[in-house]
Amino acid sequence: MVNKKIRVLIAKPGLDGHDRGAIAVAQGLRDAGMEVIYLGLRLTPEQIAEAAIQEDVDVVGLSCLSGGHLHLFSQTIDSLRQKSDKKVIFIGGGIIPKKDIPALKKAGISQTFGPGTPIKQIASFIKTELEKISDDKED
Amino acid sequence: MRRQLPTECRQNLMATRPESTGVALIIANIISPRYYYLRKNPGGMGVTYGMAEMKDRKEEFRTTVDGTVVDRVYSPEDIPAGELDTSLPGEYPFTRNIMSTGYRTRLWTMRQYSGYGTVEETNRRYKYLYKQGQTGFSVAFHLPTQMGYDSDHPLALPEVGRVGVAIDSLRDMEDLWDGIPLGEVSTSMTINATAAIILAMYIVAAEKQGARQEQLMGTVQNDLLKEYVARNTYIFAPEPSMRLTTDICSYCAQHMPKWNSISISGYHMREAGATAIQEAAFTLANGIAYVQAMIDRGMEVDAFAPRFSFFFAAFTNLFEEAAKFRALRRAWARIMKERFKAQNERSVMLKFHVQTGGCTLAEQQPLNNVVRVAIQALAAVLGSCQSLHTNSYDEALALPSEEAVQLALRTQQIIAYESGVADTVDPMGGSHYLEWLTNRIEEGIQKYIATIDQMGGALEAIKRGYIQREIRRSAYNHQRAVDAGEQVVVGVNKYTSDEPLDLELLEIDESIAKKQLQRLKQLKSGRNKKEVRQILDKVRRTASSQENIMPVLIEAVRLDATVGEISGALRDVFGEYKEPSVL
Repeated sequence: MVNKKIRVLIAKPGLDGHDRGAIAVAQGLRDAGMEVIYLGLRLTPEQIAEAAIQEDVDVVGLSCLSGGHLHLFSQTIDSLRQKSDKKVIFIGGGIIPKKDIPALKKAGISQTFGPGTPIKQIASFIKTELEKISDDKED
Repeated sequence: MRRQLPTECRQNLMATRPESTGVALIIANIISPRYYYLRKNPGGMGVTYGMAEMKDRKEEFRTTVDGTVVDRVYSPEDIPAGELDTSLPGEYPFTRNIMSTGYRTRLWTMRQYSGYGTVEETNRRYKYLYKQGQTGFSVAFHLPTQMGYDSDHPLALPEVGRVGVAIDSLRDMEDLWDGIPLGEVSTSMTINATAAIILAMYIVAAEKQGARQEQLMGTVQNDLLKEYVARNTYIFAPEPSMRLTTDICSYCAQHMPKWNSISISGYHMREAGATAIQEAAFTLANGIAYVQAMIDRGMEVDAFAPRFSFFFAAFTNLFEEAAKFRALRRAWARIMKERFKAQNERSVMLKFHVQTGGCTLAEQQPLNNVVRVAIQALAAVLGSCQSLHTNSYDEALALPSEEAVQLALRTQQIIAYESGVADTVDPMGGSHYLEWLTNRIEEGIQKYIATIDQMGGALEAIKRGYIQREIRRSAYNHQRAVDAGEQVVVGVNKYTSDEPLDLELLEIDESIAKKQLQRLKQLKSGRNKKEVRQILDKVRRTASSQENIMPVLIEAVRLDATVGEISGALRDVFGEYKEPSVL
C-alpha cells in the first residue's frame, strides 16, 4: 500500500455538464501525488463502473450538480459491486442537499464534498480511508 | 481632448459648484510630481500622521483580471491623453451606456431564471409571476430537453424536471404558456443544441394563442461555441452546430424582428474558471465568429447584428466587474464599426443580460451569499446591464427555495429604488481607478482577440483546445490560491465556523418523472404515426441540404414530433460530438 500510488477515477454520471469542480478535484488529487484518471462527463453508471475496473482504481469520485445524484451515484456503485469484489471507496461531490446524505451513505458513498471544500481535505480523507482498508486486510 | 460641454451646462456647473470652475479642472490635469510621489510610494510622503511607519496589509495588491499591480491611489495621470474616453452615454463607443438616459427612463429588466418539474408546476409559477406584474420570463429547461432526449430515454430518467422544466413536445410548450399571452410578454430561453426545435415550438404555441411570429419578443441562447468550452450541452460537432445557430439567426432576421436570435455568453466560461478578461475576450471572439459566419452566408451585417445580444457574469470585485462591462461595450462597438463596417448604430451597441456568479456562492455560512449577490448585482447595475438575474443564497446547497428566490429579487429592487445608483447614468464613470481598469481590461481583450485571430478565429481556437486550456489554467490557479489562503473567501478559508444552519430547501417531487412519462405516452399514442415518420424524413433531408432548418422544424413540431425524435433525426445526419477529456 505504502509504495503503490493511490489510483483515483473522477467522473460525471448523467447529463450534467458542470465540470469545474470535478476537474479541480482531479487536478488537486494529482498534485497530492495520486494517479488520477479523469473520465469526463455525460457517462452512464455502467461506463464508469467498467472504467473503474479496467483502471483498477482504489477510489471513484462522482460529481453531479443536476439533482440526479441519488439515482446516478447508487446505480454506479451497484454496477461496480456487481462486476468486482475489490473494495473501492466512493466519494461524491456537487450540489448535494444534506437530507440526501444518509441515503447516499447507505448506498455506499463514504463522504460527500460540497462547493468550497479544500482539495487537501479530500486527499487526506482518501488516505485515511485507504489506510483503514489496508489495516483491515492486515488484521 | 476633454469634451467641451454645451454653454448652458457649463454655466450650471459653475452656478452650483463654484469651486469646480475651469481652473480646478486644469490643476487636476497637470502632472504633479508630488502627486506622483504620493501615489507610487506606499504610505505616502511620511510627513502626515506618521504614515511612513504604517505597513500595507500585504506586500502587493493585484487585480484579479490579469494580476496587474494595483497602485495605492489613481489620478488623472493614469489615463494618458490618448486613452481618455470622454464619450457620453448613448454615444459611440457606448462605454458608459448604450442609451443616453440609462435607468432614468427605464430600469433594467429583473429577469429571474426559473422552471422545474412538469409544465404544470412551472406554469403555476409563471402565472403567479405574471399576475404580480412580471412581463419578462426566463425559462430553465431540464437537461434531457437541452440534450435532445425525450423524458422516456434511459439517460433522461434521473434528470426529469430537475434543473428545469420538462418539454418533450408542442403540447408541453402550449401548456407551459397557458394563460400567458405570448404576444405581450418577453421570454428568454436558455437553450442551445436544441434551440431551433424549441424556438419552433414557441412560434407555433404563440400562433395557437393568436400571436404572429413578427410580434414575439425574447431571446434564445443559441450559442454553441461556448458549449464546447464550458457549459457542455452540445450534441453535434462544431460545424453543424454553427450551421444550426446561423439558421436561427437568419430566420429571425427575416421573420422575427423583435427576437434576439442569439445570446453570446461569457457567463459559463467565467463559471468554469475564466478571469474577467478571459470571459470578456472569449465571448467577443465568439461574437466575431458568429458575425463572420452570418456574413459568409451572404447576410448584410446590419440585417442581423441589431438582434445579437450577450450574457455575462458579475462576480464580487465591484470595480473590476463594473469596468469589465464598460470595456466590453467599448470593445464590441469598435469591433463592429472597424472590423465589420456596421452602419446601423444598433449593430454596434452591446446589450447584455447579467447573472450573479453561481460559483462564488459558498456552502459554508450560506447567509453570506446574500451579501455577495448584493455586491455582484450592484456591479451589474453600475456596469449598465439591460437585464439581471440574482442568484439565491441557498444555491450551493440545492435548487433555490421560493423564499430565497424572493430575497434575490428583493435585492434587485432595493438597488433599483433605494440605493440611488439608478438615478444618474454610469455614476462611477470618471473614477480614476474605474477608468484605468476599463482601459486595462479593454487592452487585455484586444490582446486575446489578436491571438485568437492568428489561430484563425474562435472556432479554430476551440477545436485546438486553446480557450479551454486558458480557462482551466485560471481555474486551477484560483483553486490553489483559495486552498493556500491567498485568496480569502469569508466563511470558507477565513472566519470559518462549524455552527450548522438549517435552511428550508426546495424538494423536487419524485413523482414528477412519472407524470411526465404519462404525458408523453398519451401524446405518442394520439398522433398520426405516418405523418410523424414522413416529417422526420424531411428533417433529415433538410439537414443534409443547405436549406434553412427552421421551416421544416416548425412543420415537425406542429405534427407533434418530439424533441427526442427531431434531435434523433438530426443525430442521424450530423452524428454526435464527443470531446476528448483531457486535464
